[in-house]
Amino acid sequence: MAKKERVLVLGNQACVEGAIYAGMRFYAGYPITPSTEVAEGCARELPKIGGRFIQMEDEIGSIAAVIGASVAGLKSMTATSGPGYSLMVENIGYAYMTETPCVIVNVQRGGPSTGLPTKVSQSDTMQAQWGPHGDYTAITVAPSTILETVTETIRAFNLAERFRTPVTVLLDEVMGHSRQIISLPEPGEIEIFNRVKPTVSPEEYLPFEITENYVTPMPAYGEGYRYVITGLTHDQKGFTTNKPEEIAPKLHKLRHKIIDYKDEITKLRAEMMDDAEIAFISYGSVSRAALQATDIARKVGVKVGCLQLQTIWPFPDKEIAEICGGCRKVIVGELNMGQIVNYVRSALPGDIEVVPLQRYDGEILTPMQLIEKLEEVL
Amino acid sequence: MATAVKEKQKSNVVLDYLRPGKAMPTVWCAGCGHGIVMNGIIRAIDKTGLSKDEIVMASGIGCSSRMPIYLDFNALHTTHGRSLAFATGVKFARPELKVMVVTGDGDALAIGGNHFIHACRRNIDITCILLNNYIYGMTGGQGSPTTPSQAFSTTTPYDNAEKHFEPTKLAIAAGASYVARTTVYHAPQMEKLILNGLLHRGFSLIEVISNCHTYFGRLNRQGDAVKMINDFKERSVPIARAKSMSAEELEGKIVTGLLHKKETTEFCDVYQSVVDRVQKGM
Ligand SMILES: Cc1ncc(C[n+]2csc(CCOP(=O)(O)OP(=O)(O)O)c2C)c(N)n1
Ligand code: SF4
Repeated sequence: MAKKERVLVLGNQACVEGAIYAGMRFYAGYPITPSTEVAEGCARELPKIGGRFIQMEDEIGSIAAVIGASVAGLKSMTATSGPGYSLMVENIGYAYMTETPCVIVNVQRGGPSTGLPTKVSQSDTMQAQWGPHGDYTAITVAPSTILETVTETIRAFNLAERFRTPVTVLLDEVMGHSRQIISLPEPGEIEIFNRVKPTVSPEEYLPFEITENYVTPMPAYGEGYRYVITGLTHDQKGFTTNKPEEIAPKLHKLRHKIIDYKDEITKLRAEMMDDAEIAFISYGSVSRAALQATDIARKVGVKVGCLQLQTIWPFPDKEIAEICGGCRKVIVGELNMGQIVNYVRSALPGDIEVVPLQRYDGEILTPMQLIEKLEEVL
Repeated sequence: MATAVKEKQKSNVVLDYLRPGKAMPTVWCAGCGHGIVMNGIIRAIDKTGLSKDEIVMASGIGCSSRMPIYLDFNALHTTHGRSLAFATGVKFARPELKVMVVTGDGDALAIGGNHFIHACRRNIDITCILLNNYIYGMTGGQGSPTTPSQAFSTTTPYDNAEKHFEPTKLAIAAGASYVARTTVYHAPQMEKLILNGLLHRGFSLIEVISNCHTYFGRLNRQGDAVKMINDFKERSVPIARAKSMSAEELEGKIVTGLLHKKETTEFCDVYQSVVDRVQKGM
């Protein structure tokens, strides 16, 4: 096999590469730092492959257009940062309710409000699960390297199509704006999942059918299956309902189609965890520092490991408990005031001490800071 | 006898387009103008010869926005104010579909005002039917951006201190290439204007003045549905005649007909030509 070409890729561009690889053919967005290069990349690349790019009037319109394009049959995506994500949440809720696959990239910056446009943060981690009102279960993935930004964006599309749901890709300013030399995946190297289409006749088709495995085929507009898509709570035919016996099963489906299949969604990267007594638990750009800190500490004989959550939501509690079961302590590093730390705490038995390490001044957690914390708790 | 048969056939056309299943009855009050508009839309669509599969009808939230649920097209009942943005995604993704939007004055001009002006500006090929009843019907009679100054609503209980929008002027200024107005009294005109809007390539706005006798009528002592619809008739002036009338003479009047039409490029077409050019490496 010919050696793969090595290229220098910006994080935000890696996201575009992954999306296109996954089959994205529609992008709608509104410029916002530090995500703008995703939009610019899509504006450049999509016409070349017959795809469509549109700069909408705001983020509310962007996610609306993305959902519209998805029901019309195209894999679609938008990218934004905190203020834009906040504007999107009502329509992201619509995507949950209508079970519309789409991908939302949040290149996080400091908040609340306009916050720190050019500085790193992970303070939207909770928002990725709890942004829109109502009950639903979110899927959120979080890469920590440029190559992972490609592969996790592909995975986000696959999950969105597989589970008929919006999926959030959590990046951050450092992820979006750093460059690494990588080899992009070759065509065919990574499996691509496309939404299941109905095989029954339009008369028999139930657009929101609650099947045994919760997979509900989804036709595109224009393919002969005319039905109602509404954000109002609906029955299996798509008709609005106020009946308790139809409401509860719909909400049950939104949750269980995800959590019952968590094994397909959860992905973690465990490095040197086998004999680890202490573990760093982190995600996104912090995991880069955590891996370096682990390497450094291992060199001087400290039994430390590094656990990166590539899936943040649904929270991989069972897996964390399994992987960290032999640890005495875990250090949870986050660029916020503590968003997953309590989830980690409740995932682990009480005798494993959970130590938070938080930074929320717009700067990254450095390997040295992680090592300092490690020394403190040794 | 012959007319009776003809009438029967006519009404069957409407039945043909109602969504099978449990969509009915509608949420609309008896006599609500929105039902008359639905009738007009069906008749216009029937004349286009388009198949039901080709038609996407998007809407936001409001009494008016319930319409797509009742009709046998691809229905996209979205969030309040956002239907034009959703519809933009549908149309841009699949330009071969005929995309319509049904919206209310609050939906299109208050919460959705930004999407409205930008859909006009892009001149994207969407047929937008704005059911203007001067009030928020669904939420029980609050003031809207088209509530006239001094009119009453539950949120303007003493007087409306605000000024109102004229949606057609807004649309023309923003770049829409087909703009028309009619009322629920003028059923044949409504059908014709909607049909021509559907046939027009570009953004078309058809504003239909509709009666919410339940709230606007009651709060402003305008009487029942019949009285309100009659009032629309009394106050209407065809555009040809309006042209020779002064501003004072037109005060309180509803100018009806095709107000604006411009042949210009359409967004999806232009984007496609860009795609073609880029793909040829130019
Ligand atoms: C974000 C949001 N805000 C408020 C509402 C409540 N709401 C529902 S319909 C409506 C007004 C609808 O008025 P209009 O568009 O004029 O339609 P009509 O009911 O008069 O036909 C409002 C304010 C909502 N559904 N969503
Ligand atoms: S409240 Fe007004 S707008 Fe709504 S259905 Fe009744 S009459 Fe029509």
